[in-house]
Amino acid sequence: MATLSCRSFAKTSDGAPPRLPPPVARGPVGWLRRNLLASPFDAAVTLLLALAIAWFVPRAFAWALTDAVFWAPDGAACRGAAGACWAVIGEKYRLILFGTYPYEEQWRGAVVVAIFVAMIGFSAIGGISVRVKLAAWALASVATLVLLLGGVFGLSPVRTHLWGGLPLTIVIFVSTVAGGLPLAVLLALGRQSTMPAIRAISVGVIEVVRGLPLIAVLFVASLVFPLFVPPELQVDKLIRAIIGMIIFFGAYAAEIVRGGLQAIPAGQHEAAKALGLGYGLRMRLVVLPQALALVVPALLNDIIRAFKNTTFVAILGLFDVLGAAKVALEDPVWVRYAPEVYIFVFILYLLFCLAFSRQGMAVERRLAVRRR
Amino acid sequence: MPLAIARYLLPALLPAAMALAAVSAPREALAGPTLDAVKARGQLVCAMNGSRPGFSVVDSKGEWTGLEVDVCRAIAAAVLGDASKVQYVKSTTQTRLTVLQTGEVDVTLSNVTWTYGRDADLGLDFVTPTFYDGQGFMVPKKLGVKSVKELDGAAVCVRPGSTSERIVADAQAQYGMKVTLVVIEDQKELNTAFFGGRCDVFVQTTSGLSAIRAAVAPNPEDFVILPEIFGKDPMGPVVRQGDPQWRDIVQWVVFALFEAEERGITSKTVDAVRKDSKQPEVRRLLGTAGSAAGKGLGLDPDWAYRVIKQVGNYAEIYDRGLGNGSKLKLARGVNQQWTNGGLFYAPPF
Repeated sequence: MATLSCRSFAKTSDGAPPRLPPPVARGPVGWLRRNLLASPFDAAVTLLLALAIAWFVPRAFAWALTDAVFWAPDGAACRGAAGACWAVIGEKYRLILFGTYPYEEQWRGAVVVAIFVAMIGFSAIGGISVRVKLAAWALASVATLVLLLGGVFGLSPVRTHLWGGLPLTIVIFVSTVAGGLPLAVLLALGRQSTMPAIRAISVGVIEVVRGLPLIAVLFVASLVFPLFVPPELQVDKLIRAIIGMIIFFGAYAAEIVRGGLQAIPAGQHEAAKALGLGYGLRMRLVVLPQALALVVPALLNDIIRAFKNTTFVAILGLFDVLGAAKVALEDPVWVRYAPEVYIFVFILYLLFCLAFSRQGMAVERRLAVRRR
Repeated sequence: MPLAIARYLLPALLPAAMALAAVSAPREALAGPTLDAVKARGQLVCAMNGSRPGFSVVDSKGEWTGLEVDVCRAIAAAVLGDASKVQYVKSTTQTRLTVLQTGEVDVTLSNVTWTYGRDADLGLDFVTPTFYDGQGFMVPKKLGVKSVKELDGAAVCVRPGSTSERIVADAQAQYGMKVTLVVIEDQKELNTAFFGGRCDVFVQTTSGLSAIRAAVAPNPEDFVILPEIFGKDPMGPVVRQGDPQWRDIVQWVVFALFEAEERGITSKTVDAVRKDSKQPEVRRLLGTAGSAAGKGLGLDPDWAYRVIKQVGNYAEIYDRGLGNGSKLKLARGVNQQWTNGGLFYAPPF
């Protein structure tokens, strides 16, 4: 055994004559043949797609760049242009990004957006404890509210009905997730509770809310709710909308969390009980960390959806980014440039949703490392 | 088990909730005069469409502009002394009257057409029209047509099943002429068809036509809207029923706008007129006749002066929103004072 070495197995002479390697084409040509032209059908599809791209790309390029008009203060230069009129963004970006927030104070909205983007980046950094991150988010939320509401530090007060655009979208989104996730955990735990009343309430909330469209929840929050309460107890419309969104998000996410809870083997519960941990500690230290780690991808799905669901507040008369974009397009001079405005809004949403999904992937990677 | 509880609980809860709503709804309607609520809040809340060029839109700076926006500002100037103390609630055609019923807004100015059904059934009061819309005929200027009577043999663009289609049929019968209908469902295609030359005439509401002309026409000056208007579409402020004082305030603010135009008082001349005029009606309008004026409305004597000073008379408002001072360039038509042959007639002050 000890005398064996790799060499002793190597065949150095005799045997069969050397053969050519199998005809696997290498290099770019081989890649083309393998991936694009493997069969007549593949070749036909490749050809069709190539033609479509050859037809589309130059036109799209000409429309978006070479024939486009980038500067037209009164829209006159856009009228005869063959391509896109990006001047509409230059004219309307303040309205789209900040809605009806007072024009001179819109820098405050810009700061809020900057804080939010910075916080997304900060959260993606590994090696910082969750507590520090949560504290930073809490601090950022307070700063956001102070900036938008004003009334202190010499900032003029701005009531919530004037909020709009991206800052409004961010406020609704962050509050929905921040309020919705704890609610989801409570509802999921409640659904598994052995106490009938708590279980009944949890099941009732989850099933009723999941059975309603978000629009209906928002209509109830904004139009039906005021019918029931006297005027002096009236809650701000934005807060009503956010509460509606929190309940909606919580009901959906609760079922995801429940999936995670059910995936935890009974042995974990029993082992924790054997250590003498009570219900609260058992859930907090043993069950929930594992359960939540399991459902991160599914939760992230819901979180991204919550960001896009913020557009629904437009039906309450609040101007989120999309609602403000639609209002911007009512201007007779600029109404014909809807594609440009919608592409702008599309890119805005795409950037944020991509950032969330990258962030989610980073969280998953970190959790995978911890599990190993 | 939990499901069983829910099954018994829900039917019990629902009537309870309805009873609660029934008890609290009338209380809402009687919840003190709207005037007190507005003064306590320090802001007037108006439901606005926000998507009707000329009536209410948001400009590039996020400011609300338009004819109905200005009427809302006029009410704020009268009640709160400052035309800018206004909160606009953007509402859709589905929500514009509900937000008024729930008490979220004080007045709805959202292109609501005054009809018998709405006035009778909804627990709302239609105060007085501030704009009479109707179906109009738009033609290219180069045809040289001056009246609908001359449209015999023309190709007319309309939407299927719309009021416009019915109006065209009526006009044919009335003037004994024959036109060819080009019926297109989609509004965008309809616009393309007309401006592309597929038809000679475009029939729609006059406010809609002027907006389309300003927005879509290659050169808006090449198209005219003929003077004849068909059908009735009176629109104006709407308030909750059961608060006669508030209704009167809104009504007389609108009348003050009319009266000021009739007497030629504008935002620029109002100070001079106020100082010099000896006419009793003008003195009552501008609050120089004595302290009693405006008392019955719960306002101070200067309310109409502030309206005219801060917002202007009806002509100025119209010009800014829909007329020659705007992009829409819609002729006044029937939206004139009665002295000029229009439909606006303010009772004497």
